[in-house]
Amino acid sequence: MSKKVTITIDGREIEAHEGEKVLWVALDNSIFIPNLCALKEKEHPSGSCRLCYVQVEGRPEPVTACTLAAKEGLSVQTRSPQVDRLVKSAFELLLSNHRLGCGRCPRRKSCALLKIARERGLKMRLSRLSALELDVEIDESPETFAFDRSRCLLCGRCVWICQEVARVGALGFTNRGITRRVGTFREVSLAQSPCTECGLCVEACPSGALYFKEKSDDK
Amino acid sequence: MSLIEGEEELIRNGVAEALLDHDRARESLIPLLLKVQGKLGYLPALAMELIAEALQIPAVDVYGLATFYNRFRLNPPGKHQIQVCMGTACYMVGGDIALDCFERRLEIGEDETTPDREFSLERVACVGCCTMAPVVVVDELVEGHVTPTRVDGILLSFGREIPKSAEKTEQEGENSP
Repeated sequence: MSKKVTITIDGREIEAHEGEKVLWVALDNSIFIPNLCALKEKEHPSGSCRLCYVQVEGRPEPVTACTLAAKEGLSVQTRSPQVDRLVKSAFELLLSNHRLGCGRCPRRKSCALLKIARERGLKMRLSRLSALELDVEIDESPETFAFDRSRCLLCGRCVWICQEVARVGALGFTNRGITRRVGTFREVSLAQSPCTECGLCVEACPSGALYFKEKSDDK
Repeated sequence: MSLIEGEEELIRNGVAEALLDHDRARESLIPLLLKVQGKLGYLPALAMELIAEALQIPAVDVYGLATFYNRFRLNPPGKHQIQVCMGTACYMVGGDIALDCFERRLEIGEDETTPDREFSLERVACVGCCTMAPVVVVDELVEGHVTPTRVDGILLSFGREIPKSAEKTEQEGENSP
């Protein structure tokens, strides 16, 4: 096991393993840092959601906590005007690509976006950006769950789980830019793909994109 | 896109040949796809599946990469290749209208090929003759000032007549309340 180091998060001294990512040290010690794409088991963090910014003492710009390794004497602040600004922008960018209407969302009680909004006092509506209209069909072909792409945040958790944990490889990223999406080979429905309906991707989804048909939050 | 007679064997042989002197690491996926596309002219679904199998990666990853880069095409090149310029000048004077016309007349979308493989349709960035905007390149021949009427003219020159019934229903559609 790697050696123990002491780091400071928001003035609290915390013991951590050297090299452990600050995001997990904080979360394990009940210090909330917003995050979407991070998975503890993942060796190389994708760092794509841009929500876990923290301010490191001695560095001019905030850095993402999911890629920041703990080392002796490291001191970070989870909030600063710079951090808040970056998180606010990243959050709004994610929202602009996410169909709202939380009242009817199957994950309204366990939604990661709502949690971040609550913790950081962010609004669940767009102020500077206009919404990207997503006119997509919900893939209801699997027996137990469904996939609504209009709520997908492209965090990539389901893709990683499907490939590295479930070892199925039905889901992947396809296309590029504004048409980027989580899809299947040749964009066939999930039932026609190699999907085994193990449901691991549904458990990994932080928003209401992948949801169990029976176990939605209101049942 | 359905395969034509004998094409399956061509694909299987092409992929097998490309794989012969190629290492099977994930990093070699792009050069491998380029090689296969060089042989076949495009990346058929079967080829992508065979490559995924050989490299032991999910087929969706091969598909994801092929849809990420413009360089790869998923549909076979048609006998006549139509490239509609969507550079700034062409776009401003109605390049999108020309593309739309081709799409409607050929009943295919962008980056697609007609089922008889006569025509394939592509969007390109500036072809370098903005004074003739909107420009369409048909089999290396540059056509300037392409209006919807010119689109029909180009297709007519390849023997594709505009079906009378289509014209009629369009008019009826406009007149109906």
